[in-house]
Amino acid sequence: MDTERTMVPAIRDALVAACPVVRSADSAADAIGGVVPSFVAFPASTEEASALLRAAAAFDLAVVPRGAGTGLGWGPPPSACDLVIDLQAMDQVLEHAAGDLVARVQAGATIGHLASVLASAGQELVLDVPADATVGGVVATGTAGPRRFRYGAPRDLLIGITIVRADGVVAHAGGKVVKNVAGYDLGKLFSGSQGTLGLITEATFRLHPRPAVAAWVTADYGLSGRARVAAAVAAAAGSALVPSAVELAWSAAFLRMGVLLEGTESGVTERVSRMSELIASAGGTPTVARSEGPFRSWDLVPAAGSPAAVVRVSFWLSRLADVLEALAAAGASAGLRPMVSGPAGAGMLYACLDPGVSEEDTIRFVRTLRDRLGLSSEPRGSVAVLAAPPAVITAAGAYGPVPGEALMRAVKNQFDPGHRMFPGRLGGS
Amino acid sequence: MTTSTEALVPRLRDICGAGNVITDPLELRTYECDGLTSHRSVPALVVLPATAGEVAAIVTECAAAGVPFVARGSGTGLSGGALPRQDGVLIVMSRMRAIVEIDPVSRRAVVEPGVTNLSVSKAAAPFGLFYAPDPSSQVVCSVGGNVAENSGGAHCLKHGFTVHHVTGLQIVTPSGELTWLGDGTGVTTGYDLLGAFTGSEGTLGIVTKIVVKLMPLPEVVHTLLAAYTTTSEGGRAVSDIIAAGIVPAAIEMMDALSIEAAEAAVHCNYPAGAGAVLIVELDGPASEVEAELSVVRAICEAAGATEIRAADDPAERAVIWAGRKSAFAAVGRISPSFIVQDGVVPRTSLGAVLAQIASLSEAAGIRVANVFHAGDGNLHPLVLYDDAVPGQETAAEKVSGQILDACLEAGGSITGEHGVGVDKSRYMPKMFTSADLDTMQLVRCAFDPASLCNPGKIFPTPRLCGEVPGRRRAPHPAVAAGQAEIF
Repeated sequence: MDTERTMVPAIRDALVAACPVVRSADSAADAIGGVVPSFVAFPASTEEASALLRAAAAFDLAVVPRGAGTGLGWGPPPSACDLVIDLQAMDQVLEHAAGDLVARVQAGATIGHLASVLASAGQELVLDVPADATVGGVVATGTAGPRRFRYGAPRDLLIGITIVRADGVVAHAGGKVVKNVAGYDLGKLFSGSQGTLGLITEATFRLHPRPAVAAWVTADYGLSGRARVAAAVAAAAGSALVPSAVELAWSAAFLRMGVLLEGTESGVTERVSRMSELIASAGGTPTVARSEGPFRSWDLVPAAGSPAAVVRVSFWLSRLADVLEALAAAGASAGLRPMVSGPAGAGMLYACLDPGVSEEDTIRFVRTLRDRLGLSSEPRGSVAVLAAPPAVITAAGAYGPVPGEALMRAVKNQFDPGHRMFPGRLGGS
Repeated sequence: MTTSTEALVPRLRDICGAGNVITDPLELRTYECDGLTSHRSVPALVVLPATAGEVAAIVTECAAAGVPFVARGSGTGLSGGALPRQDGVLIVMSRMRAIVEIDPVSRRAVVEPGVTNLSVSKAAAPFGLFYAPDPSSQVVCSVGGNVAENSGGAHCLKHGFTVHHVTGLQIVTPSGELTWLGDGTGVTTGYDLLGAFTGSEGTLGIVTKIVVKLMPLPEVVHTLLAAYTTTSEGGRAVSDIIAAGIVPAAIEMMDALSIEAAEAAVHCNYPAGAGAVLIVELDGPASEVEAELSVVRAICEAAGATEIRAADDPAERAVIWAGRKSAFAAVGRISPSFIVQDGVVPRTSLGAVLAQIASLSEAAGIRVANVFHAGDGNLHPLVLYDDAVPGQETAAEKVSGQILDACLEAGGSITGEHGVGVDKSRYMPKMFTSADLDTMQLVRCAFDPASLCNPGKIFPTPRLCGEVPGRRRAPHPAVAAGQAEIF
């Protein structure tokens, strides 16, 4: 045991040599799903982050990257965590080339800070994610909001990336131009990798001009109008009116869809009226209205930690009515009522279960949903448990069958052969 | 033919039928290059599978025999990405050309890799849909090749590249296994291998089925042509359009020499004496496009346009596009030989880099015609030379390389859409560090540890793929021993 007792000061010394700002973890503030790390380090540069990961490799430390921590609670807790690398000291917007519609940003910069810099040039990063989240965290979790329908997820807007590998080697991919096919696109690989392949320290994005006017068309259906709303979502999503978002929200109290139209003053007015007609003609007798305020269905998704579970369903849009029926059936089987919302027009919905729901009922809900949707060998969708008590994830499986799973394991083994980067996350160990 | 490839012949005949395995030297010669004819290599064998199962069986045989293999679509690539190996098998995907399914409500099509790009849009048109990526070769190029190269096209400024429009890929891995990447919806579960695979230039496996997004056909399309005395005036118009918050579907520019070539080839009747022609295309809902069009027109005039033409019906638009679309082939009218370059610069550096190209051209006595996707800074300088004149080809290659250096100095890229292939692997170390290239090749090692799948492309130096150690589950010993709170 003597070696272990002397080891901790040695680790601390090595970490401090790599990065001056290191502290021991706080059991309350730094715990991730109940797992308390030993150290928290705050690198101020990619070089310091690289030195930290070299030290972590030398001492075989399990590492969890952290931005603002807003998404850390989504997914299984780490199976081990010796060192948290907190990116919040790397919070700069390094470059905003307004004429090129490109921004290069440190991973720890918040979305809110970036947005304020870009807004001064009438531009934005089209992701609709919480302002307190960090750029690195948003890329690492692949988070996007309603405008995913038109603009995609972080992987679609990311044009360059700097990462530090598990062994401390710094690597770049992509660049500062939107059109670029030189080399493998590691930015795509790291988007949504949840810190399991390495540490993201810098990201370069394609930007968009902010629209002059934005307006929502909302349509309220009775709770029995599932087939009608599905038809209306499909009609809106397939229209040439170029919606930026096609959202759905369904709770015990209401069933509603919302379509976001962005553009010029006169153009949006005209498109709102045509979209309203289109939705009305898709059937049912919805109450259709123009709303200037956001249709924040994503606000209905509870903050991390509070729901019992968040289940993500992805699907081909022609199956939306089946998906809603399957959600109803899965809810009935478990005796619960999920809060369902999300970018339905983009083939994606979140089902949030109440904190009061038992683990057994959550497991039953997930299993019934997967059975009902009958996802075949020809992939047409998925049912993923994004957040849930560990016992639920263990019993139900986070993802079900994942296309290319063997290759994913091979990629993980190449980037992180010691399985030290966020062990336990993303279905890995 | 080597012993190992010769031994493969009867096995491949069993898999695909004797008629679909080519061994005749004369026939093999027809596959010696793709669209980049300066690199040639006759394959040991050519095989034409008809199904995904046949592709998997072929690759399994190659992997077992340690024989390299290269996939080829329509052979229109411009970087030698489908250049065969003399010691290897060329797998030609052109028999796999079924459009398997179109789901108009989901706006998805499932196609085989040999399907041509344009035929997807043609099949989708009756549903009011189209497939957005539109490389200039779209009449002949294959969707499988588009996936390998992450192809763009004139309209990718607004609508994105192939990677933004592919939601699922069935592939044969380099060890011969059939698997899917992506669930077809566009939502990623686990690692985004779909994104990493797209644009990997055939080095990570062979695509056997593709799920693509279809988009609603735009309500209106307006095309505007503005003529300028100089490219820098046209460049000013481009910057001002972007600064006005407008993202056109396409912004293209041609300089005087490329206009001259296009006139000679297709009599496109562009404004006489123009030093530059700018083509701006706007698409979308009528009410938005009308508003944007008047802004764009005003900007083009303010930048000094000598003439503006507008077109809103397909026939008139085709007239405007005729010159641009013929430009590459057209320079054949004014020069015996030419190199098509593909570099990218930040849009705001366009003027400076064009000036640099002009002085490089002048210093070397080598003419350069410029055709480019001005909206996204993607330059296609056509470097003209006469191979009958001793030394000209070398001088042209030098200028072509210097243009890429200028792109990199401006913060750009060595390729925007043609790919690295064999042609540009030597430039990769100018754009990326050895650590960058090493890290990219970790992906290669995960997919193709034996390095048999289109080897020798993209990377100047192959990485040796090491053994993979085991995993770690337990917390660190010091943590487990409760020592973590020691200070």
